[in-house]
Amino acid sequence: MQKPQEGLILEVRNLTTSFKTDDGIVTAIDDVSFDVYAGETLGIVGESGCGKTVTSKSIMRLLPAHLSFLGAKSQILFGGLDLARISESKMRKIRGNRIAMIFQEPMTALNPVFTVGWQLDEALKYHTDLGRKARRKRSMEMLRLVEIPNAEQRVNEYPHQLSGGMRQRVMIAIALCCEPDILIADEPTTALDVTIQAQILRLMEGLKEKLSTAILLITHDLGVVAQVCDRVMVMYAGRVIESASVREIFHDPRHPYTKALLGSIPKSGGRSEDRRLPTIEGVVPNLRNLPAGCRFEKRCSLSDKEVCQREEPPLVTIDGRRSVRCHYPIQPHQPEEA
Amino acid sequence: MWAYIFRRLVYNVPVYLGIILFVMAALRVNDPIWTYLGKHATQEQYDQFAKASGLDKPFLRQYFDFLSDVVRLDFTVESWDQPGIQVGKMIRAAIVPSLALTIPALGITSFLAICVGLISAYFRGRWMDQLLVFIAVLGMSVSFLVYIILGQYFGAFWLKQHLGMDLFAISGYPSGGLTMATWAYYCLLPILISVIVALGYDTRYYRAVMVEESNRDYITTARAKGASGPKILFVHMLKNAMIPIITRIMITLPFLITGSILLEMYFNIPGMGRRLILAINAKDFPVIQAFTAIFAALFIVTNILTDVLYAIFDPRVRLQ
Ligand SMILES: Nc1ncnc2c1ncn2[C@@H]1O[C@H](COP(=O)(O)OP(=O)(O)OP(=O)(O)O)[C@@H](O)[C@H]1O
Ligand SMILES: [Mg+2]
Repeated sequence: MQKPQEGLILEVRNLTTSFKTDDGIVTAIDDVSFDVYAGETLGIVGESGCGKTVTSKSIMRLLPAHLSFLGAKSQILFGGLDLARISESKMRKIRGNRIAMIFQEPMTALNPVFTVGWQLDEALKYHTDLGRKARRKRSMEMLRLVEIPNAEQRVNEYPHQLSGGMRQRVMIAIALCCEPDILIADEPTTALDVTIQAQILRLMEGLKEKLSTAILLITHDLGVVAQVCDRVMVMYAGRVIESASVREIFHDPRHPYTKALLGSIPKSGGRSEDRRLPTIEGVVPNLRNLPAGCRFEKRCSLSDKEVCQREEPPLVTIDGRRSVRCHYPIQPHQPEEA
Repeated sequence: MWAYIFRRLVYNVPVYLGIILFVMAALRVNDPIWTYLGKHATQEQYDQFAKASGLDKPFLRQYFDFLSDVVRLDFTVESWDQPGIQVGKMIRAAIVPSLALTIPALGITSFLAICVGLISAYFRGRWMDQLLVFIAVLGMSVSFLVYIILGQYFGAFWLKQHLGMDLFAISGYPSGGLTMATWAYYCLLPILISVIVALGYDTRYYRAVMVEESNRDYITTARAKGASGPKILFVHMLKNAMIPIITRIMITLPFLITGSILLEMYFNIPGMGRRLILAINAKDFPVIQAFTAIFAALFIVTNILTDVLYAIFDPRVRLQ
């Protein structure tokens, strides 16, 4: 599953995003750093509210500008630019063009009053110099690429005439029509039923190979992670707590939270519903009222109360490429099925 | 679509016949002739008047006579208050002055209110939005009459008296034909006043519509595609907001023709609103009856038109 990683294309450094709310400032993600390499699939997993969507929307700068702000040290290095600092008009040239995004709800993500063709054409109009005819040709090409049957007819239809799976295919076609370097997919299959989920994932994998697009895949579903990701980043309460290759995460997790997540998953071949994030005893700490020590301490079975309560562990790099944020990481063992 | 319109019209024929029947009966509950002549009139005068006006005929006969007037869109009966003048002529003469006020007023108000609503929703929660909402509420808090009086005083009298600028008439309507210049002189001031009065309400309505649209997922998708602010506002949001916009505008459509009673009274403009008030004051029965019939027809037609417009602007709406 591990791909040779040609080059670093996105470097997120110390990304901290806060919201101004009625009762003060809430820091939704805190000091998040990670890299994305060309052509790889990086999975971001974690419980609801841990900051996965905020991370991806921060990169795309899609958060409401007057209600949110990035920390001073935040950097989003992409294509020689720092996306955290470039102007909105420069950012518009990157959105949908070099970094594209698809969303969880294909039922509502498309504009209901414009045809599929119009919505594909729109992206091409913003980012290419193609004429009308050429854009139409490209649109049809994209619809065929995402395996939409009857593309000639579908292109003139409205979103409500398509099924959920078809709409997500259209979303993918729109996102990929300008051949972006990175596709951010925020739970792209959560709203779809199981068979459609599998088709969409297979399609995304195939297109990734074909177009050599890197994918940032946000998901609740560890089965999906195992199936398509090269590397995984686990988030907890706005923090990255572990990041490693998919094999390492599944066979040699170092963080107690990661291990707990994996705890109740059937080894393989389980039905998709069974592979959702298992529930772990206890609740995620409130972002408004974070503990001084480790954010996972209250739920951790391995915590040594004293140090873990007193100070938050730093994110430390181990073995060169993987990292973990824990005072007492689980000791490595020889993976049995290596 | 034409088949749909035709079908809806046909379905509404019995409805309309019923309305007319009801209206005609209701208008006769208090004997219109006694009402008009006053209680000191003699029975002889009464009988004479009834014969002259045709109200002595059997009710059904009156009903069909009136329906034939409605169908021909010409009310041949004469006004009681101004004998010798046919009601149809009277109404036709009053339509143009009304439309000369109401169409520009509705057009300007809707355009401004939609733009301000869009901008306000776009800057939701920021100072720009708060300022616009504040102005809208302020504008709504002042009475129509205050605007009329201030408008007539400052816009017409004061400008002319103190600055020598004879831009607007205090009241009245050109007796000859309506030209661009006379229209501006007599109608622009009342139009401006009605725009100011309606703008606050409309802005708040359209802002609410746009705020709702701006929270929808497709807006995020459009931004993620690289759409600019104006593209999102004027293409994505506006087209989605067409249903509430059409609803709002179509509701006011019948009132375009019936005119603005207050403005026409205060500015002495011989439109439909003023005509109706004068007729009611004079107990001019045939005019009141004709107005009711026209109003009912306008409501039915705009209802059908509204549904057709929904289908044109929203692909999810199917006419059947
Ligand atoms: N606009 C906002 N204003 C205030 N707080 C916000 C806003 N958006 C997100 N948050 C907070 O940021 C935190 C992270 O939210 P986020 O949507 O990134 O979670 P997530 O990991 O994507 O969860 P899910 O799996 O449910 O999608 C949440 O606690 C949420 O309350
Ligand atoms: Mg999310």
